[in-house]
Amino acid sequence: MTRDVPSPLTALDRPNSYIGRAVPRPNLARLTEGRGEYVSDLVLPRMVHVVYVRSPHAHARIRAIDAAEAKRAKGVVAVVTGRELAEVCTPWVGVLTHMVGLKSAPQHAMAVDRACWQGEAVVAIVARTRALAEDAAELVEIDYEPLPAVTDMMTALDPQTPVIHPALGDNLAFERNFTGGDPAAAFAAADHVIEADFGFGRHTGVTLEPRAMVADFNAGTGRLTAYLGTQAPHMMQNILSIHLGMSEQQIRVVCKDVGGSFGIKVHVYADEMATAALSKLLKRPVKFVADRLESFLTDIHARDHRLKGRIAVKADGTITAFEIDDVTGIGPYSVYPRTSAVEANQVVNLTGGPYACPNYKARARVVFQNKTVTCQYRAVGHPIATAVTEGLVDLAARRIGMDPVEIRRKNLIRDDAYPCASATGLKFEALSHHAALDKLLAMMDYPKLRAEQAALRTKGIHRGIGFASFIEITNPGAAFYGVGGARISSQDGAVVRMDATGAVTVQTSATEQGQGTEAVIAQVVATALGVPLDIVRVISGDTDQTPYGGGTWASRAAGIGGEAAWQAGKALRANVVAVAGAILQADPDSLDVRGGAVVDAASGRERLSLAELGRIVYFRPDTLPPGFQAELMAVRHYVPRGYPFAFTNGIQASYLEVEDGFVKLLGHWVVEDCGTILNPQLVDEQVRGGVVQGLGGALFEQCVYDAEGQMQNASMADYLVPMACEMPDIQVGHIVSPTADSELGAKGAGEAGTAGAPAAVMNAINDALAPFGATLTEMPFTPDRILSALKQARQRGGADVAAPAGTPA
Amino acid sequence: MKPATFAYARAQSVAEAVAALAAHGDEARLIAGGQSLVAMLNMRLSAPRLLIDINAISGLSEIAVEGDGLRIGALVRYTQALRAPLVARHAPLLTRAIPHIAHAAIRNRGTLGGSVAFADPAAEMPACILALGADIAISGPDGARVVAADDFFLGLYETALGPADMLTGLNLPLHGPDRRVGFAEFARRHGDYAMVGLAATATARGAGLGDVRLAYFSMGPCAVRARGAEQALEAGDLDAAVAALEADLDPTGDIHASRDTKMHLAGVLLRRVAGQLSEQPQ
Ligand SMILES: Cc1cc2nc3c(=O)[nH]c(=O)nc-3n(C[C@H](O)[C@H](O)[C@H](O)COP(=O)(O)OP(=O)(O)OC[C@H]3O[C@@H](n4cnc5c(N)ncnc54)[C@H](O)[C@@H]3O)c2cc1C
Repeated sequence: MTRDVPSPLTALDRPNSYIGRAVPRPNLARLTEGRGEYVSDLVLPRMVHVVYVRSPHAHARIRAIDAAEAKRAKGVVAVVTGRELAEVCTPWVGVLTHMVGLKSAPQHAMAVDRACWQGEAVVAIVARTRALAEDAAELVEIDYEPLPAVTDMMTALDPQTPVIHPALGDNLAFERNFTGGDPAAAFAAADHVIEADFGFGRHTGVTLEPRAMVADFNAGTGRLTAYLGTQAPHMMQNILSIHLGMSEQQIRVVCKDVGGSFGIKVHVYADEMATAALSKLLKRPVKFVADRLESFLTDIHARDHRLKGRIAVKADGTITAFEIDDVTGIGPYSVYPRTSAVEANQVVNLTGGPYACPNYKARARVVFQNKTVTCQYRAVGHPIATAVTEGLVDLAARRIGMDPVEIRRKNLIRDDAYPCASATGLKFEALSHHAALDKLLAMMDYPKLRAEQAALRTKGIHRGIGFASFIEITNPGAAFYGVGGARISSQDGAVVRMDATGAVTVQTSATEQGQGTEAVIAQVVATALGVPLDIVRVISGDTDQTPYGGGTWASRAAGIGGEAAWQAGKALRANVVAVAGAILQADPDSLDVRGGAVVDAASGRERLSLAELGRIVYFRPDTLPPGFQAELMAVRHYVPRGYPFAFTNGIQASYLEVEDGFVKLLGHWVVEDCGTILNPQLVDEQVRGGVVQGLGGALFEQCVYDAEGQMQNASMADYLVPMACEMPDIQVGHIVSPTADSELGAKGAGEAGTAGAPAAVMNAINDALAPFGATLTEMPFTPDRILSALKQARQRGGADVAAPAGTPA
Repeated sequence: MKPATFAYARAQSVAEAVAALAAHGDEARLIAGGQSLVAMLNMRLSAPRLLIDINAISGLSEIAVEGDGLRIGALVRYTQALRAPLVARHAPLLTRAIPHIAHAAIRNRGTLGGSVAFADPAAEMPACILALGADIAISGPDGARVVAADDFFLGLYETALGPADMLTGLNLPLHGPDRRVGFAEFARRHGDYAMVGLAATATARGAGLGDVRLAYFSMGPCAVRARGAEQALEAGDLDAAVAALEADLDPTGDIHASRDTKMHLAGVLLRRVAGQLSEQPQ
């Protein structure tokens, strides 16, 4: 753990190391030259376009489909119904065995006789162009019998509510109950028990490039090539093979550049399965690109939780128990294959996680409803667990009159307490809550902000400061999916090859979603091998070419894929040095590779260029000693084994002003401990991007539905993504506690920003509004909600301070 | 999100555009900056068979003082108006309001004429035109005519323009030394259509205000004047003006703001804008 003491040299401290340096991303010039290889841009010979006619109803029986006119329309190649497509593509059920009791119903690529959400595909129109397919789509007549829609998750389990899938018996997909320690006794003995209800709006992960696929079934080879913007190529290869009845080997998934994923592109979508099936049916390339309106109705949504929370504290501020009761609505199906129970499960796992508090009780219920499905999106469950935990901690501090910083100091797990475990049994290797808190306070100049807040309050200006400490799951091993029966690799691999000129090519199973994986892999390999960065080329996203692996999700690409690349780079260096030893008749142990040349390890003097070494290996192997075989290609795999997850920790603070119901963000500070920092710029930008998405959920983003299950704001005009003008400066600092599970010691950093930002903003808003006695716990914090909370507080007479101008009467 | 097929014609003159509109009736649409129309075409909310492009018509992009008015041609872009010294001098209300409209890329193409003709209930320009008491120049099959802003905005996307009419320009009264203008709006994010907005003009009368015109937007089916509040402000009673909004305005709530929120914020804006009207330096 790096604190103020200088750390000793480690295996990472290689000469000319790129680790820890903000080297430019090798793919940046390519992308900014407009030469990115996005699926949306791909054109193949004989390629046709599919448009799906989607159910306008949240729940409806399909009585009849009349597609005769559409079939005759200009440019139309095929019109296919769900029933017809079911002959080519089998249905799936999104369950995992370790989520005990999780149930779901079979889901088809297109609705067969019933549509279960507004936007479910009912008919596929395949035509020469997207525009012609849209023209023909208007000609399809579908006779629907609307069925009652289950939309309110809070009544989904009531006996009078219709059951969406009668065969399942009820609308309960999953329930988890947990008790750790003795929460009942702790609540009974507490000096104060504070309760609050929390709401988290349903939102989605608007990617710049929508979901896109070109499926190319080649009847000559019997192979399907799926060009797909995905986070997990090998998972998709497996799933396409299962449901199209093909061997895995006959499926190739290619995923070059992806315009943003955020978890949205790690799932199996009915539309993409249908597109692949259509290609198999029509024996030609079929392209599907979700347009922006379809994205809102068919990309997974996330959050949509309501919780009751309780916290028990002693008068001295010691937290003695947490309790939560969570309900979440996931749409009509649990998403395949990662399931839609994971977010609620994470909420149960993580609530209270940063605190040394052994007493904890939790219940989570996951219910079906007739809305778009929900599933894992950036920071899965963390923003919810963090906001509930940190919201309750702040309410407790206010009740007992303690500064929010003091209550955290008193209760956060001590930095010298590791290894230890949470109330739910999560194992922590090494976290740094207190060091992070200290650093954060220094970065933000906490006393100065408090003084400014107090001075402005006397002038009727209401500013607030809010904190959020949290833990985050990264680098998952098999515990996430593999143990539940999902064929999702938890291990990643790297192949590193040196060519005759000494140039290096890396094939990695980690994938690039625009976040910089390729840069990190190149840095790691260049350092491990001892070569300049610009001779390392990285290939990713092709199941025909890369090692079998998991891809990019759950903040794992750098920590797991990076370690595999490190080990492969080291292995190749050993091979290179062995060859050099044979050529130079020197002891390999006396040699090293540095700066792209074989050097004498002791003096650093160059002995042999890699180009010369390559020339001899490939063109004059006859000059090498008899029996010596050079191996200029090395393969290594890695999966964390010591801990099921590498937990990170972080803390964030928000400073903001509330006026007329609007929140103006003035500053945001983050201290993150993601272990070894491979590339500080990429880490900081991941954190900033994550914070912005967290702020989106806290203030702007929400999929608004009416009681009939119609989404009211399914366009960029009405769904408010966070934009630069409203964002504060985001300062990022670090504490470094490497994981000993790997040599690199890197943990994940991609989701931390999103995990903490909503809670920090919520606490800051409530700090600003404290003089009025108003507390908000339902996200997003819209002007409507803030004004009505102020109004209610006034009506309660809660405020002992004169309301400033602008408070609703 | 691909538009239905349409034919395209580029009009070279106002007469040509009007003739084409008259010939094709409801099946034709004019296209100016395209910043509202193209989105509607792509979402197939509108599927005209013919688009008549008016961008090549000369003489509609000028800003000039004519007599006692500032004439702004229908094709003047927001960015052009924002940068024009004539607008800053003679119509400072527009200079204040335009930065609130969308983002630079949209302001570079969107036209003042298109905005007024389209009459989006949440748009800034219609309210400014109404607050200024400007005249709107129209050409139709029966020739040219002028309609006062008070008679132009009739309802939701409904104006005094007939199906074969084209808006050719705006005529704004020149800003005088004792004239006052005010503008403010609430939007969820910078550049969004307003949740509530207010454009106002008045004449300074000693310490008080006369000729007050308060034009709210996003508070009804189209830009509306708050006449009770205008009178109360002229009488120098700000509290009464805020109270009068209850009778003057009748907004419906939407996903971004409930009726209560809109009414509350309308009052906040009135206090803010009244301050601007009385504080403004010469
Ligand atoms: C992302 C985004 C954000 C926006 N935000 C705002 C905002 O905050 N505030 C705001 O006010 N606007 C906003 N707009 C709309 C923008 O201001 C439009 O440019 C404007 O409303 C229409 O002007 P236009 O020239 O683009 O008209 P077009 O889109 O070309 O036409 C709009 C309509 O007006 C008709 N029309 C155009 N010119 C004439 C004419 N001379 N005579 C008769 N009819 C005519 C057309 O037939 C069409 O029906 C936004 C647009 C976008 C894309």
